[in-house]
Amino acid sequence: MASTIRVRAVASGDNTEVQALVQHPMDSGFVKDAKGNLIPPHHIEVVEFVHSGKAVFTALWGPAVAKDPYVKFSFKGAQKGDDLTVSWVDNEGGSDSLVAKILSAAWPAWRWLCGCLVH
Amino acid sequence: MIFAKDLPGRTRRRFLKGLLAVVASSLGLRAWLKTARAAAAADVAKWPKEAFAQKTEADAIKALYGKEAEVSDKVRLDAPEIAENGAVVPITVSSALPDVTSIAVLVSENPFPLASAYTIPPGTSAMVSNRLKMAKTSKVVALVESAGKVYSASKEVKVTVGGCGG
Repeated sequence: MASTIRVRAVASGDNTEVQALVQHPMDSGFVKDAKGNLIPPHHIEVVEFVHSGKAVFTALWGPAVAKDPYVKFSFKGAQKGDDLTVSWVDNEGGSDSLVAKILSAAWPAWRWLCGCLVH
Repeated sequence: MIFAKDLPGRTRRRFLKGLLAVVASSLGLRAWLKTARAAAAADVAKWPKEAFAQKTEADAIKALYGKEAEVSDKVRLDAPEIAENGAVVPITVSSALPDVTSIAVLVSENPFPLASAYTIPPGTSAMVSNRLKMAKTSKVVALVESAGKVYSASKEVKVTVGGCGG
């Protein structure tokens, strides 16, 4: 089954910039369906980014985060080839996890495009 | 089927030793995998339920940080003047403050103002980009916790089509 997580982590010197896109409805609980019933809230609560066994970034999300959430951040201390583990858990107990490789800034654009599709 | 008792003495000992080694290593491997996976898994217990349930901006800040925020020009909030689609409003919070440990974003006019919060461990930059839902035209507030104190910056974002489906 394909992952709901797409990550692009690029290391440039000591700094790694991470962009992640997660497929998730992020229902706020305020929207009604075609019949007029409220669609219950269903949103990611915690997203954890781990490098070398240490959390480098934790996102705590509420229902006001947009559907198919995108997040970008950057951290120091990683190198090209390192693993970055991304995992999320939502308010219904759903979860997913993905291990991505950190790429170097010189990585040709078309290669990462293909890589992203494979993810 | 081979039973240990059927093997001659020396082979039996070697067989049992091998079996023990395989079982021990698989247990060890499983335990290691479990801790590695547990360490990597997102922990739902970290989610600040109280803060996300608050209905006013001031209550949400109090529930999240326990203190008041001071406006600072060292907190930068990039957000559009006009959001064409209230369901997807891109924002970026960054700060030049030292020792940033946390960043949070609130949308004052949303039913629950706290939109998102981020834990920034040492070594991670004080910058985050995200996309929010805004119910209507509202002030968007960025909070940055630096060295134990909380600083804020805000911007009014006009919303033409509300992001809450209404």
